[in-house]
Amino acid sequence: MSKVPSELRYTQTHEWVRVEDDGSFVVGITDHAQSQLGELVFADLPDVGAKVNSSDEVCVIESVKAASDVYSPVSGKIMEVNEDLEESPSLVNSDPYGDGWLFRIDPVDPDELSELLDADAYSQYMEEDED
Amino acid sequence: MLKRTPLFEQHLREGALMVNFAEWEMPLHYGSQIDEHRKVRQDAGMFDVSHMGVIDIEGEAAAALLRLVLANNIDKLKTSGRALYSCMLNEAGGVIDDLIVYYLSPSHYRLIVNASTTEKDLAWLKKCAGDYSVAINHQTGLAMLAIQGPTAKEKVARVLPWLAPGLQFLKHFQVLQQGSYFIASTGYTGEDGIEVILPASEAATIWNECKNAGIAPIGLGARDTLRLEAGFNLYGQDMDETVTPLVSNLAGTVAFEPASRQFIGRSALESQKEQGITQHLVGIKLLGKGVLRRHQMVYANHERLGEITSGTFSPTLKTSIAFARLALNVDNHLANCEVDIRGTHYPAQIVKLPFVTGDKK
Repeated sequence: MSKVPSELRYTQTHEWVRVEDDGSFVVGITDHAQSQLGELVFADLPDVGAKVNSSDEVCVIESVKAASDVYSPVSGKIMEVNEDLEESPSLVNSDPYGDGWLFRIDPVDPDELSELLDADAYSQYMEEDED
Repeated sequence: MLKRTPLFEQHLREGALMVNFAEWEMPLHYGSQIDEHRKVRQDAGMFDVSHMGVIDIEGEAAAALLRLVLANNIDKLKTSGRALYSCMLNEAGGVIDDLIVYYLSPSHYRLIVNASTTEKDLAWLKKCAGDYSVAINHQTGLAMLAIQGPTAKEKVARVLPWLAPGLQFLKHFQVLQQGSYFIASTGYTGEDGIEVILPASEAATIWNECKNAGIAPIGLGARDTLRLEAGFNLYGQDMDETVTPLVSNLAGTVAFEPASRQFIGRSALESQKEQGITQHLVGIKLLGKGVLRRHQMVYANHERLGEITSGTFSPTLKTSIAFARLALNVDNHLANCEVDIRGTHYPAQIVKLPFVTGDKK
């Protein structure tokens, strides 16, 4: 069973969002997503400073198996990307909710968070998805 | 219901992710495909390849039938116990399958064919056999293990000490038969190693003993990246019935000599040669980050040259590599090109195969 930390918010496209103390959002892909994708070999991250809308394709991650789009969970500006993934993309596999984060975003409207799934809703969605 | 090999339980016990491969339930990996790849390049690994087809051709016309159906010439096999790689072609020169043929005796040859094509191959062989005095038998009740890597043979010699003396002198593309074991010095990884055919009932025991000797289980995922690095084609991806060996980097495996041997597909290949070979299956290396994948388009000077047939991330080179079938002539060989990855053109280079040789790791 894949991990779904209770303090995070989730999308139906298998991204997670964590709210930081400064109000920014950190985004990554879920444990379920990384296990479906297989070992990551490359992450094409967004440009820092780029303005994105929610549900925009903002980056592409490539595993041994396939390429997969990552969508921005909210609208805002990319503040930072995880540069460690340049050398070690497999951090997304080994620690999807920690060292394997993808990017940090300054949200236009923090209330957009409430439109995302909580851990219970995401777990349920995942189960239905697998059926 | 998918077919299962005699080693199915072993795969589950090792925590394999099982997938459907040509209607067989096979291990994709046992945790990390990249680690498995490295183990084969640096040490030793074993692959369950029991899904592959074993077809015995026996009878006084066995050689005559194979001279007709194979593009390579079995008369190159001067002594028993030797093996040869060959394509089997249709009348149009298209590749029905690629296989290894083992010469066991003047009236007995063994073919090892792809899992996905076994039934098709059997039907074709039987059709071509017509009135030839041969028996064509698909051997079942067997298991097949590929044990590959720089330390593979010495580790196998520890597990099967009675094989050790024979293994020591087993040359590339030779086969050793001892009792119910058939041991060939062949493989699909570019490493030293063997492929063993043994009774299904003994497979689990040998697998467990190999594992205890430090030979790691390796899945189909790593098998694909290893064969790509080593420059080996995959049937169904890099070639099929719509293309000839001449445009599949396999011209060297077609024996046009002697001119008197009328193998199936010969006249089609001769006319293709006469008209000029305008396409080549070549190696491509991506210069930046990203991953080359099957069906991506390849360009040079804004002109489309063709597409990628197999692409992957090379764990050894830590960059992406691929095969592509391209419209090329001698002048633009080994040139720069560009690959369209999701709408953006990325610089790549046409390189000599194989990508990785035994000493480069």
